[in-house]
Amino acid sequence: MTLATVAAGAIFLALNAYALLGGADFGGGVWDLFASGPHRERQRELIAEAMGPVWEANHVWLILAIVLLFTCFPAAFARLGTLLHIPLSLALIGIVLRGSAFTFWRYGDAGPDDARPRRWAVMFAVASLVTPLVLGTTAGAIAAGRLGAAGSRPGGDFYAIYVAPWLTPFALAVGVFALVAFAFLAAVYLTLEARDRELEEVFRRRALGAGVALFGAAALALFLAQRDAPRVRDMLLAGPWAMPLQLATAAAALTALAALWYRRWALARVAAAAQVSFILWGWALGQYPAILPPDLTIAATAAPPATLGAMLVVLVVGAMVLVPALAYLFRVFKGGERTA
Amino acid sequence: MSDLLSARAQMGMSLAFHIVFAVIGIAMPLLMVAAERRWQLYRHPVDLELAKRWAKGTAILFAVGAVSGTVLSFELGLLWPRFMALAGPIIGMPFSLEGFAFFTEAIFLGVYLYGWDRVSPRAHLWAGVAVAVSGAASGVFVVIANAWMNAPTGFELVGGQAIHVRPFAAMANPAALAQTLHMTLAAYAATGFGVAGIHALLLLRDPANAFHRRALEVALLVAAPAALLQPISGDIAGRQIARHQPIKLAAAEAVFVTQRGAPLTIGGWPDVATRRTRFGVDIPYGLSLLAFHDPHAEVVGLDAAPPDEWPNVPAVHLAFQVMVALGTYLAFVAVWAAWQAWRRADLARQRWLLRAIALATPMGFVAVETGWLVTELGRQPWIIYGVMKTADAVTPMPGLIVPFLTFTLLYCVLGVIVCWLLYRQIVRSPAGPGGQLHSPARGAP
Repeated sequence: MTLATVAAGAIFLALNAYALLGGADFGGGVWDLFASGPHRERQRELIAEAMGPVWEANHVWLILAIVLLFTCFPAAFARLGTLLHIPLSLALIGIVLRGSAFTFWRYGDAGPDDARPRRWAVMFAVASLVTPLVLGTTAGAIAAGRLGAAGSRPGGDFYAIYVAPWLTPFALAVGVFALVAFAFLAAVYLTLEARDRELEEVFRRRALGAGVALFGAAALALFLAQRDAPRVRDMLLAGPWAMPLQLATAAAALTALAALWYRRWALARVAAAAQVSFILWGWALGQYPAILPPDLTIAATAAPPATLGAMLVVLVVGAMVLVPALAYLFRVFKGGERTA
Repeated sequence: MSDLLSARAQMGMSLAFHIVFAVIGIAMPLLMVAAERRWQLYRHPVDLELAKRWAKGTAILFAVGAVSGTVLSFELGLLWPRFMALAGPIIGMPFSLEGFAFFTEAIFLGVYLYGWDRVSPRAHLWAGVAVAVSGAASGVFVVIANAWMNAPTGFELVGGQAIHVRPFAAMANPAALAQTLHMTLAAYAATGFGVAGIHALLLLRDPANAFHRRALEVALLVAAPAALLQPISGDIAGRQIARHQPIKLAAAEAVFVTQRGAPLTIGGWPDVATRRTRFGVDIPYGLSLLAFHDPHAEVVGLDAAPPDEWPNVPAVHLAFQVMVALGTYLAFVAVWAAWQAWRRADLARQRWLLRAIALATPMGFVAVETGWLVTELGRQPWIIYGVMKTADAVTPMPGLIVPFLTFTLLYCVLGVIVCWLLYRQIVRSPAGPGGQLHSPARGAP
């Protein structure tokens, strides 16, 4: 395994963490938007309290992935920034609105009647719905291998270069898949965070529903991949590791649903996280050795060895600070003991 | 508006917006930790109230800083893909270190904001310290990356490709020390005076208010030393650019002709067409003395570079003059406050001093913005000084005015909301000599 492959793996690991943690925070916003029933306000309160202490740290995984990408694979970053300018800008607007609105909601002073202004909460929830769609769409455009070299030259048709690669049924289906996956993760985590039986049941139902919808979204994306992303689809179905990965994903998915059914929340959390991770790594392995298909490979776009070596040192040192700090954060706020 | 200008405007606007929140995010944690430490030592409820209110303001400002920082990390690729393709492997190191520092900051800010009742008082204070330290560290790392653009080292350029890349040498570039020192002190001075100024204004109305008195004290303890040290770091920075970025210095000081014993021009409007600075006041030998600590030293003028490699001289000169003037004012107020404190005078009753501090509220931030304009505009037309022109770095995508206007609108709206929320928080400050709204028992750690 080369240094460049290790670096690519580290980037994907950061993206994986972002999907499991930051993704679930987006999912929380989605459930805020769809909060219903007699316990509506308590659902929203639970979501906000679960996110509050951790969402900023969860968000940094994305920044870490981006920084590692432009350091280790500058040509891939440059092409992504050029050809996906529009969806990435939209995702950024969503990220800005989601984060700002959440703190305005939670930290802006309450009104005269001590109620937190609902307008920020709505903005937070809507941005939480739109951002995963757009992020998923960019992932779909990458997986489809439509970001070829031809587009990065000046001139040419604007639509063909800057819009067509991501405005495809497949990419949009991946966007929907990301949204459903994040909502699924959030609902599963929230069953564990809930402090009473009623909320546990609310989020159990949502998790089960989202889990089933996730099968549908995956099937739709796979079907559309036939036309738009045949390479990834072939690798997913017939690659050398396709069978074990498919089996592992299926096992995790069924375990998650069964655990939800039997109210084993902790097991459900592990299984759901594993399921989403397997799917992500399926994508990564599906396009390996390309970092940006069709033509940019890990080896061809890698930074000089001096940079990769230095990055590895930074990663190791950084992890020595990061891992204990994150463990502390999650032990303090997600440690299981429930304060009334 | 050309695409290049739109891209520059979008990047400049994004940075101008972010830098305010970044600066506050560096210094504010120090203030809240200082207040919390006082509460733990002396158990005066005002200190706890102060720590909690400052933490609340920090939460909002930090979040906006974090998301606007995310925008910047993407904009490097959205607007300047060719710059990043070359520079990424060379300056990725400080950016990655910044990523980890920012991670630490976000983690412990979560512990600090939500952990009042969850962790021990000791752990809580240390979480605050971790936020303050990692906040300063992430600022330093980002500024190191910017310093490299001004003084690029750690690589060789062969046929447009960077070879022999040495990431550590790139971090140790000649501008790094001067810039990080200057920027970090600026963060403490601007934020400290920003906070002190608001409380000074409120003390003018309500001089007995214990809450505002304590806030003024803590804020000045951070602001005054930074403002006093800033001229020294400014001298280091000035001498650094005199040697390594002479055209930037020439623009900042409006020096058109290379000369020995160069005078220092105060004020004035540089007329590029006639190559003369009009309406300025010259101090003989002043610039040679400042830039090289030698009255007869030669100062490189703009004539050393072809005019198409000049930055916008009037803009750089004006921004530089404003920065220096405001920094001087802050240092003057710091001396005044220190003198009064040394006399053991009651600062909250010194009405002229309070007025001077209140006037300083926005000045640190304006100085930060103008100083940053000097750094960035003064480097133009280069994006990497002497290596790559900004025009060669911009994305080929047309229609860049659309994202520029979109993000400008977004940030204008956000800026208004943040100001409004902070204003509401400030007007709800505790009133009267007791200076507190809540009983000390509530929320005690």
